[in-house]
Amino acid sequence: MSSLWLWITIVVVGLLTFGIRLSFLAFLGKKQVAPLLQQALRFVPVAVLSALIAPALLIPNGTLALSFTNSRLLAGLLAILVAWRTKNVLLTIALGMACLLILQAFLPAH
Amino acid sequence: MTTPRSEFLHGVRDELPILIGTVPFGLIYGVFALSAGIPPLIAQAMSCIVFAGSAQFVIAQLVAVGTPALIVILTAFIINIRHLLYSASLAPFTGRLSRLWKWLLAYLLTDEAYAMAISRYQKAQDEGPAHWYFLGAGLALWTCWQLSTAAGIFLGGQIPASWSLDFALPLTFIALVVPALKDRSSTAAALSAALIALLAFALPLKLGIAVAALSGIAVGLALEIKWIKRA
Repeated sequence: MSSLWLWITIVVVGLLTFGIRLSFLAFLGKKQVAPLLQQALRFVPVAVLSALIAPALLIPNGTLALSFTNSRLLAGLLAILVAWRTKNVLLTIALGMACLLILQAFLPAH
Repeated sequence: MTTPRSEFLHGVRDELPILIGTVPFGLIYGVFALSAGIPPLIAQAMSCIVFAGSAQFVIAQLVAVGTPALIVILTAFIINIRHLLYSASLAPFTGRLSRLWKWLLAYLLTDEAYAMAISRYQKAQDEGPAHWYFLGAGLALWTCWQLSTAAGIFLGGQIPASWSLDFALPLTFIALVVPALKDRSSTAAALSAALIALLAFALPLKLGIAVAALSGIAVGLALEIKWIKRA
């Protein structure tokens, strides 16, 4: 893609993204969102983030790796446990990364 | 007593742990965009104009394999459509704000800022200056994202892949999701979204993620309605 097309692409994507983010804030600000939609929205963060987490842990290299040599799966399971017990964001990231790096040093390369 | 200033600083402070996960993501984006053949100035401008991490990664990847502009735009749109739901979720709390405030908060409405802002609004007894909290969280993330992508662009290929810093991102998501699983319907929504994300992984255009998220929302909603009726 030429530089001109790259600029056009990011400006269009930027405007679309801004329009999506602004949509309800600007045009429906005073209207009540339908109760069913409101109920559904409660599940949005949990569902979207879980849909991003699962492949990151179980499909690390483009193929399903359901095994004890998958260091990302093991580190992720530890992070889930830490997040559940402590609710501490920083500790979850730190222990998850430490676990991954230690496992990668000891497990055979994959 | 909450003042605009104390709310703003509170928002900045609450966002700080999230930034730990954002820095490596921004660094990797910078490195990744350059390797995709995007000039440094355009790579940084994308952080400013698009300001959406996962879409920026996908754009860089599509550019790297020579995808036509229209398909790149369509794909980024699909990935960012989730912000429509964030916007609807926050709208009941921002109705009384001026147009300038709405535009500013809309520009800053990322996954990470949404997560902090919605929890603040849900806790607030009185909405009062809660939009200053949103602004503080949003600006903290914005500044961190611009600086870390600039650093990534500057560092180029200096960061060894063996550091696996990209893994900090799913770890951040885990830290946000797990404490939010307070009831059976949320847990069911998360588990079904995760399972379908694995089953639908091979779908083109990253559609698997959208399909999985929508399925998770449907499962959570269906269970909640069923349980409420029974109760």
